[in-house]
Amino acid sequence: MIFSLTVYGAPFSNQCSDTAYQFASSLLKQGHSLHRVFFYHDGVYNGSVLATPPQDERNIQASWSQLAQQYDLDLVVCVAAGLRRGMLDETEADRYEQPAHNLASGFTLSGLGQMVEAAMVSDRMITFGA
Amino acid sequence: MILHTINRSPFGSSCLQSCLDVAAAGSAIILIEDAVYAALPNTQYTDQIAAALGKHKFYALDPDLKARGIHEATLDGIESVDYDGFVALCTEFSKVVSWY
Amino acid sequence: MTDTEHKKPKPKKLLFLNRRAPYGCSLPREALDAVLMASAFGQQVTLVFLDDGVFQLKKKQDPADIEMKNLSKTFAALEMYGVNEIYVEQASMQKRGLTLAQLLIPAQFIATQELSLMLEQQDQVLSF
Repeated sequence: MIFSLTVYGAPFSNQCSDTAYQFASSLLKQGHSLHRVFFYHDGVYNGSVLATPPQDERNIQASWSQLAQQYDLDLVVCVAAGLRRGMLDETEADRYEQPAHNLASGFTLSGLGQMVEAAMVSDRMITFGA
Repeated sequence: MILHTINRSPFGSSCLQSCLDVAAAGSAIILIEDAVYAALPNTQYTDQIAAALGKHKFYALDPDLKARGIHEATLDGIESVDYDGFVALCTEFSKVVSWY
Repeated sequence: MTDTEHKKPKPKKLLFLNRRAPYGCSLPREALDAVLMASAFGQQVTLVFLDDGVFQLKKKQDPADIEMKNLSKTFAALEMYGVNEIYVEQASMQKRGLTLAQLLIPAQFIATQELSLMLEQQDQVLSF
């Protein structure tokens, strides 16, 4: 079965990112397909490579990046929601002449169309809200 | 039929109430994150949930119950599931509606 | 069936369930952006306002003093985007002392039981 997930909460502030990650791991382990994870609202912070939790704590961004590498996932940070909140890749940092970029590997910045497309092609679209 | 997910404690949010109002008979409800506190026995919501058990199957996410120290005594009729069980429920029901 | 017809996927029934009040939280604005996008993609969009979500449609919003964009203007654009299925849950309105006349766009009342049925008829329900 084809799943897509949307994540609206900030990691380390709200459990929903952890729940979405555990859910994603479980569905992939069971052999289902994960078409896309779309990070929107405060969920965009899941993609920050600069998050630096203490070493004895889980690093949600790193977990997503690893999962993306293992299963070739499409992790999309909404570009409009992301730019507002300081989530930039190299291209956007150049475009807006910002001093740094912070989008972790395995994540891409893209538009809301990706969320709608996910709703169109997935058997189950599941919202992890905060 | 729909699988409803709720992630807020009923003691501080209207999610459970709104979901119970709107959920059609035969739809199921899974309590996740702080919503698992709704699975506690002897609360102000116990009677309401017990009554709703005739209309909906109730599930609670076990890792969330355990994290909060309430996995050993939950309301009769609420079934504990792990993440694999949560995923399986999402496939059994035709869509998922989130209350948060 | 011609090739073009064959390639064009059937529109999906997408229901956006809005439960938050505007301005205190940015979910309503972000939900509205998603609604417009879904409509631009030719999907069959339904908009439902439940609980505090009904406050999003209150007339006379003026967020100038809090330096935020007025949500009302985007709601006014919904018709232009062909989004006409707009419902407010009757009980949520009554609990909050609101009437249809106080809303900034034409919306229809929907009873709780009708909403139950409507949710079941969708392809996907997106909660905001």
